[in-house]
Amino acid sequence: MESLIFNLFIFVLACFVGFEVISKVPTTLHTPLMSGANAISGITLVGALAIAGSGSGTAATIIGFLAIVFATINVVGGFMVTDRMLEMFKKKREDEA
Amino acid sequence: MEIFIPDSWYSFLPYFVELAYLVAIVLFILGLKRLSSPATARSGNKLASLGMLLGVVVTLLDREIISFEYILAGVVIGSLIGAAVAKKVEMTSMPELVALFNGFGGAASALVALGAWFRMASGSVLPGTDLFIMGLSVLIGAVTFTGSLIAFGKLNGMLKGNAVVFPLQNAFNQLLLLAAVFGIGWLLAQPMELAPVLLITGISLLLGILFVIRIGGADMPVVISLLNSLSGIAASFAGFVIDNNLLIVSGALVGAAGLILTNIMCKSMNRSLMSVLFARFGGSGAAASGGDNGDKSIREVQQTDVAVMTAYAKRVIVVPGYGLAVAQAQHVIREVADLLQKKGVDVRYGIHPVAGRMPGHMNVLLAEANVPYSQLYDMEEINQEFFRTDVVLVIGANDVVNPQAKNNPSSPIYGMPILNVEDAKQVVVFKRSMNPGYAGIENDLFYNENTYMYFGDAKNTLEDLVRSIKEL
Repeated sequence: MESLIFNLFIFVLACFVGFEVISKVPTTLHTPLMSGANAISGITLVGALAIAGSGSGTAATIIGFLAIVFATINVVGGFMVTDRMLEMFKKKREDEA
Repeated sequence: MEIFIPDSWYSFLPYFVELAYLVAIVLFILGLKRLSSPATARSGNKLASLGMLLGVVVTLLDREIISFEYILAGVVIGSLIGAAVAKKVEMTSMPELVALFNGFGGAASALVALGAWFRMASGSVLPGTDLFIMGLSVLIGAVTFTGSLIAFGKLNGMLKGNAVVFPLQNAFNQLLLLAAVFGIGWLLAQPMELAPVLLITGISLLLGILFVIRIGGADMPVVISLLNSLSGIAASFAGFVIDNNLLIVSGALVGAAGLILTNIMCKSMNRSLMSVLFARFGGSGAAASGGDNGDKSIREVQQTDVAVMTAYAKRVIVVPGYGLAVAQAQHVIREVADLLQKKGVDVRYGIHPVAGRMPGHMNVLLAEANVPYSQLYDMEEINQEFFRTDVVLVIGANDVVNPQAKNNPSSPIYGMPILNVEDAKQVVVFKRSMNPGYAGIENDLFYNENTYMYFGDAKNTLEDLVRSIKEL
């Protein structure tokens, strides 16, 4: 129970940090923001690693393995495609100069 | 692992891992902060991916992880698929891709929560609070998963785009939600039983499908944003289950991002989130806004007229809509803009928040066509500019420039913020035919005295325009 309350504190405060930071992102970058944020939500990979590697039965291992595949697609694909998009935005700086 | 590290060091390992997680969180926040400008955004994304790498590597040091075969296999497979998709995807398909990735994130989080239960089932019973959060985590993750798959199908045309509605749908969905809550209660009562876990999972998967299938194609930007938020919250809740701060914080950040975007999208369409999710919209009967169009006439123009209009103008604003992207005409419009700029015309782009199929989509498409981002203006910025503008080129956009939103209280889009293109001296509308737009609403703009219609496929008409401007 104590850890739940503590975690809840962290969750709520992090939400506020998120609102503050992300409300400053301009409309132009909302698609990369979304795909980048999406990649970050793949952080659940960290949890998947702990489940798949814990050696606690076949079911947990298989579930953990599937979670790793899904989360890794999310992470790797998300960051790469965001980079691809942002690269297109950056090129313009040199053109203008 | 144990071969390399002396046993005594292991007592410090948990602290080291936690501190590394803290560093990863800081990297995520700094990365998101850098997204506030196109100039720093790319480095921000790199910082965030660095944070991710740190989080993953440090987790692998954990002593509880004893078998690496599955981890290695999973990471390799996932990386290969992710990289292949990210490299190949067309920028026009970005909404589908983000929807799909949202779904995978949700699935992974639901699986982590499920895995935590199976791990528990082979060990000691988790406390009730953990079981409760576990149930919620499975619920949100699974809804995100199937909901995103439906959104993906609707966006890429595999499923029909319009809302699928059947009688008592809302009541049925609420009943399902209630059943899921019952499942969580059951799990609390009998933590070691598999049945409640399966019940929660099954109902949640079904709920995700039913929840998105009733939402029409025009509302997809709202839905993707919301699913984005849910994928974050699912990750955060999975973090509650396995007591991991890194997951809780990162998930919350993403959840907040998605909510902000959901809110922006709703405002841009003048709809409440509730009406998007639970009410019907678009198409059929709602569009009957007076049959007095019979005596109105339109003025049709050809490429040479448009070429003269624009080439001798001082200021031109381009208003692109999704029709531009469908016709793959982003590159040609940039060519038109380049030619005009060489003639000394000031060219800007006015972009409505829902111009694409997801927030900011049109900006990405224009960026891909090498349009400098300094020429892209959002709705608030550009709306004060129209009255000093000579020519506005409306290409593949309809509802977002419909004056009915301002002056016809009986119109279904009344109150939606629009681009005030009619303030400009002349407006040229590039359009395939006189068919009404996505929302099926007649557009008064087309009958204005200063509006000219240029019919044809966006790409062909723009190519003709390029030739005509060159000939001047």
